[in-house]
Amino acid sequence: MALLEVKDLHVSFNTDDGAVRAARGVSFSVDRGQTLGIVGESGSGKSVSTQSIVGLARGGSVTGEAIFDGRDLLTMHRDELQKVRGAQIAMIFQDPLSSLHPFYRVDWQICEMIRAHEPRTDAKAARARAIDLLKLVGIPQAERRVDDFPHQFSGGMRQRAMIAMAMALNPALLIADEPTTALDVTVQAQVLRVIERLQNEFGTAVILITHDLGVVAEIADDVVVMYAGAVVETADRDELFYRNHHPYTEGLLRSLPAYGGERARLIPITGQPPSLIKLPTGCKFHPRCPYAFDRCRAEEPPLALVYGSSSHRSSCWLPHTVEGRESTRAQLLGGRTVG
Amino acid sequence: MSGDVIVRATDVVKHFPVQSSSLRRGREVVHAVDTVSLEVRRGETVGLVGETGCGKSTLARCLARLLDLTSGRVEFDGHDITKLKPRDLGKVRREMQMIFQDPYGSLNPKRRVGSIIGDPFAVHNVASGQDRRRQVQELMELVGLNPEHYNRFPAEFSGGQRQRIGVARALALKPKVVICDEPVSALDVSIQAQVLNLLADLQQHLNLTYIFIAHDLSVVRHVSDRVMLMYLGKIVEGGPSEEVYQRARHPYSNALLSAIPLPDPRAAQERPRIVLVGDVPSPIDPPRACRFHPRCPKAQGRCVEEEPVLEPRLGDPTTHVAACHFPVAEGEDLTMARPTLSEEERIVEPTMVATPGESGEKELP
Repeated sequence: MALLEVKDLHVSFNTDDGAVRAARGVSFSVDRGQTLGIVGESGSGKSVSTQSIVGLARGGSVTGEAIFDGRDLLTMHRDELQKVRGAQIAMIFQDPLSSLHPFYRVDWQICEMIRAHEPRTDAKAARARAIDLLKLVGIPQAERRVDDFPHQFSGGMRQRAMIAMAMALNPALLIADEPTTALDVTVQAQVLRVIERLQNEFGTAVILITHDLGVVAEIADDVVVMYAGAVVETADRDELFYRNHHPYTEGLLRSLPAYGGERARLIPITGQPPSLIKLPTGCKFHPRCPYAFDRCRAEEPPLALVYGSSSHRSSCWLPHTVEGRESTRAQLLGGRTVG
Repeated sequence: MSGDVIVRATDVVKHFPVQSSSLRRGREVVHAVDTVSLEVRRGETVGLVGETGCGKSTLARCLARLLDLTSGRVEFDGHDITKLKPRDLGKVRREMQMIFQDPYGSLNPKRRVGSIIGDPFAVHNVASGQDRRRQVQELMELVGLNPEHYNRFPAEFSGGQRQRIGVARALALKPKVVICDEPVSALDVSIQAQVLNLLADLQQHLNLTYIFIAHDLSVVRHVSDRVMLMYLGKIVEGGPSEEVYQRARHPYSNALLSAIPLPDPRAAQERPRIVLVGDVPSPIDPPRACRFHPRCPKAQGRCVEEEPVLEPRLGDPTTHVAACHFPVAEGEDLTMARPTLSEEERIVEPTMVATPGESGEKELP
């Protein structure tokens, strides 16, 4: 059974301009010890979906189910959820500086976390654990650095301290929301290695939210692609990168500068992502899709199995077989090229 | 494609004073850029790459004389501009423009787009009235904006469109050189490609020279004819993009390139990963001789004693230079390399770093 199974999650926010439908029927699941990558651009609903399941989407109306370890997080009482959050589900965010309190030493912040959930731990034991955790995430001279303030840490060290804090209670699930976006590539590589190592060591499940397909290719087992508040495609990593079905996934991969390829012109996805207040009819991607036909404008396609796979789903009206998709695609383009 | 040298920097040094605290009094300085020389040819794109704090933005601002140099010399189009007074810099400003990273922070939210793009005309007293309006609308069309949106506010545009506004403003005075400081870092991938294509088209149409700063190495490779890799205020390697990306000689270049997340799982799995130890040391007291030696997997005694010069290594063409005593040969496995330095020499304690913004020095107008 999956560790976390999210089913038909809807999140909307009321604004003066109308309801913002940030998540529309999002479903995904993650198993113990696995890494699920959630990819999407700004406003695709990737962060709000995960935040709402741990009760962090303030002011939004949330419906659906989020079964974690047999219990629905969405119907859980606040106090109960508070206990799950931190102890069993930990989160790290993009900006480690604003997630750490500038006034308190790193030591205090990690110990507070431990003692909030395990009140009987004495101060000395908590501190020893804090030091061990910092060592675990590769902070040099942890015994000394544990007494530093966050501003004395570099960006990469802060993010590692955040991971240390998140791992303090050995959670079953770690939600990492753009954990390396603010970091340089060499530091990003260090942080990703730390997450990978912890996962191997403790069997933690990881949900990695990112806009960077490169990061997903490096560490995800399964991938969910979101667009305009909904999942448009989901598959295991290799399938998604090499046999994707949805034109949005295809467009995303194509718009990246090829590494090692010719300096050819890039092929962007035309247009802009839609407003979440006034969504297009039918398939939400149709105004930007090079293959859109009549049905796409009228009806929203369901997230259905494709290519005869038991796990690869795509929400697109193109035929669900490899050959069928290819020929229809060629027909629709009618000699035009994409882009 | 590339012609004569349009920007030439010789031994450029830029230090920022560190705000003194009661504990650390004295004349400490951040060595933001340290004796950097570089040439940019007309019509080409030179990429400046490196991690946060390596000095790439500071170097670019020195080239545009937005900052005064501590020492060294900058020539623009054959003229020495190192010592020009602010009021004499007008011509340089007209011909060298900048595009910034943040399309939100670089546009005044209370002003209409037409007047933002028209600003350079007003500042340099070039066109006015109907003439200005016409030129602004031409610019808007040039960068793919609807000229009818002349009277809209920045908030009515998306991130990609705002970046186009920034591009239009930079092009208003028909500059020769455009410094692009992380122009697509804040944009989503699908939009990033649109803006990169626009920049490429404009370069062709207007014969522009780009100095392109980015931390995204795939983007830099895509746009640049030549790249310069920087580490702690120094250029560690430079040359034609393909040369550098395929035959990187400096261990730091190799580490940096191996850390790029590849959107291709198989390729990502196959390549060697060089994970550097520790953090970038403080630019207040950079390591002596080769600045990379404390983190370098190949470091030896010589790296601590003698600073390597930037020159062709291992029979590379004269255009491809690297500053390393022990350059990386093709096919060499750096993940296996072990430095012969002692532990103390290697691990440099990362210390607090004052960024230029905090040091009290302001950019010149």
